[in-house]
Amino acid sequence: MTEVVMQRALVRHEGRLAMMAAVAVLVGVAFMTIGLRGNLALVIELRAVRLAAMVLVGVAVAVSTVVFQTVCANRIITPSIMGLDALYVFCQTALVFALSGFGFAGIDPRLHFLGNFTAMTSLALALFLPMLRRRFDLTLMLLTGVVLGVLFRSLTTLLARLLDPNDFAVLQGTVFASFNAVEPDLLLLAGVITVACVAIAWRARHVLDVLALGTDTAIGLGLAWRATAARLLVFVAALVSASTALVGPMAFLGLLVVSLTERIVGTNRHAILLPAAALTAIIVLVGGQTVLQHALGGEGSLGIVVEFVGGIVFLAILFAGGRR
Amino acid sequence: MTAGSLGSQGFAYWAVGAATLLALFVASLFVGVGELAIGSLASDPEALRLIMISRLPRTLAALLAGSALAIAGLVMQTLARNRFVEPSTAGTAQSAALGILVVTLVWPDAALGWKAAGAAVTALAGTSIFLMLAHRLPPTQPFLVPLFGLVYGGVIGAAAIFAAWHLDLLQYLEVWMTGEFSGILRGRYELLWVAAALVVLAWWTADRLTMLSLGRDVSIGLGLNYAGMLRLGLVIVSAITALTVVVVGTIPFVGLVAPNIVSRFAGENLRHTLPWVAGGGAALVLACDIIGRLIRFPYEVPVGTILGVVGAVLFLVLLLGRSSND
Repeated sequence: MTEVVMQRALVRHEGRLAMMAAVAVLVGVAFMTIGLRGNLALVIELRAVRLAAMVLVGVAVAVSTVVFQTVCANRIITPSIMGLDALYVFCQTALVFALSGFGFAGIDPRLHFLGNFTAMTSLALALFLPMLRRRFDLTLMLLTGVVLGVLFRSLTTLLARLLDPNDFAVLQGTVFASFNAVEPDLLLLAGVITVACVAIAWRARHVLDVLALGTDTAIGLGLAWRATAARLLVFVAALVSASTALVGPMAFLGLLVVSLTERIVGTNRHAILLPAAALTAIIVLVGGQTVLQHALGGEGSLGIVVEFVGGIVFLAILFAGGRR
Repeated sequence: MTAGSLGSQGFAYWAVGAATLLALFVASLFVGVGELAIGSLASDPEALRLIMISRLPRTLAALLAGSALAIAGLVMQTLARNRFVEPSTAGTAQSAALGILVVTLVWPDAALGWKAAGAAVTALAGTSIFLMLAHRLPPTQPFLVPLFGLVYGGVIGAAAIFAAWHLDLLQYLEVWMTGEFSGILRGRYELLWVAAALVVLAWWTADRLTMLSLGRDVSIGLGLNYAGMLRLGLVIVSAITALTVVVVGTIPFVGLVAPNIVSRFAGENLRHTLPWVAGGGAALVLACDIIGRLIRFPYEVPVGTILGVVGAVLFLVLLLGRSSND
């Protein structure tokens, strides 16, 4: 590509980004204002907390998915589809199981998050790095990931059954949260982690561009693939922990968001792709929640709808790819 | 070596298999909260009552559900021509749960039999769509079909959960999503004998089902009524799944694990492997139910939960073990 063409593409992409940002702001304003009544101060505070949670989760899911997909060199693999968020929930449950509800509730939340995150990162690295290294065929890898997800969910259910009812109540409060019940403390912590990870991902955007050329090309260009991939997987694990801690697992959100983003901006450059995906995620989450809440009366079921629509998108991509 | 091969070795395998199943059967009768000693059976009428009303129905239910689900999985694998699918991972069980939800809504006091019938209809529809789409996937990528099935089942499950959520029936739905034998008493499991009859039907048509697995053109060339057999297979799978979901709930992975393990040892000829698959499924479910009763004694863990863990691990072993051999 010549300089001029690249310049033009950049301007076009920046225009799109600005438009998406505007839409995101509009959707946010709509979420905050539609149907406002009653105790205004209280309602606005409640809504602001939920909006903040959705923005955080959207950004965390979008960035983690883009980075993970680039590391895996594929556009249908996402952290959730590979079972990473199920792994997080399992780690939580295992902690409650090991420490009992009382001990678990007594841990400093920061220490707790750190412990969780360490457990999860080491497990994720142990599971996924060999899988990426062996590079078996894509569908087998996906299938393995999906089954791993099933395994972690089943293990979680099993451990939850073995817990005493009191411990179980503690667990339920921390793991099976939704957008309706976000804890402000957790919000702050997740916010700090997300911002830090996003900053790191942003600094790594050029490395990601190189990785996106494919494993072999990237190694040929002098990239230390294994170390880079491992480092990026750690960020992904951190982001997944943050978003799952806030609202629980959302299997197909990342896939839905990134495949939408690709349609809208159509580029592999991470300087564009990362912010575009984050904006799309915010629009999908906040817009979806607004529509569900005011038009369909299905408040709180956004996760289920995302699961449904995202699952169908996944199948569509699978079919489109399989036919080729 | 096939399981059906004559001679002393084949007979020894049969003897060991039968003895294992019998041992599990007896163990299942005597594991539980109520005190029960084998010696007391003859003298104590209460012990006998406990056996007849609770333990025996429960054990029989596990036996019937296990063997029927294993056969349903085997038939499903023949229909989809893929080793890695089974009713609970390809939308059949989720469709059945959706069907029960619909029947419950339209006709709240429906008898169990009617619920099973409604579930069978939706299971049939869901499975037909799965097979139609699965047959369009390229045969060069064998892992695409189970992946498709898992997500397809997830989508139908999400639809069912969304409906239940709106109707405030979420807890109700949960009962059919996790298989459990603890509620089984005399009078509460007998529908499963219908599933057993379907297993016999599958055995009777085993040779034709084997031909089905060779593909459309070959089986028509061999003189098989392909469309008719496909329909029969679909009915067997859907009805067995619907019956077990209505009576005990969803028990995952039995239909996947049992046939795959058996085919490793005994080959693919359905007439020979069918009894082994049925027995293997029964043994798996019985063993998991016993584990579920012992792991947190005196409380119980549902068999569906235990099998979710055991089955997923075995699935991974089969998946990755196979790929490293190829």
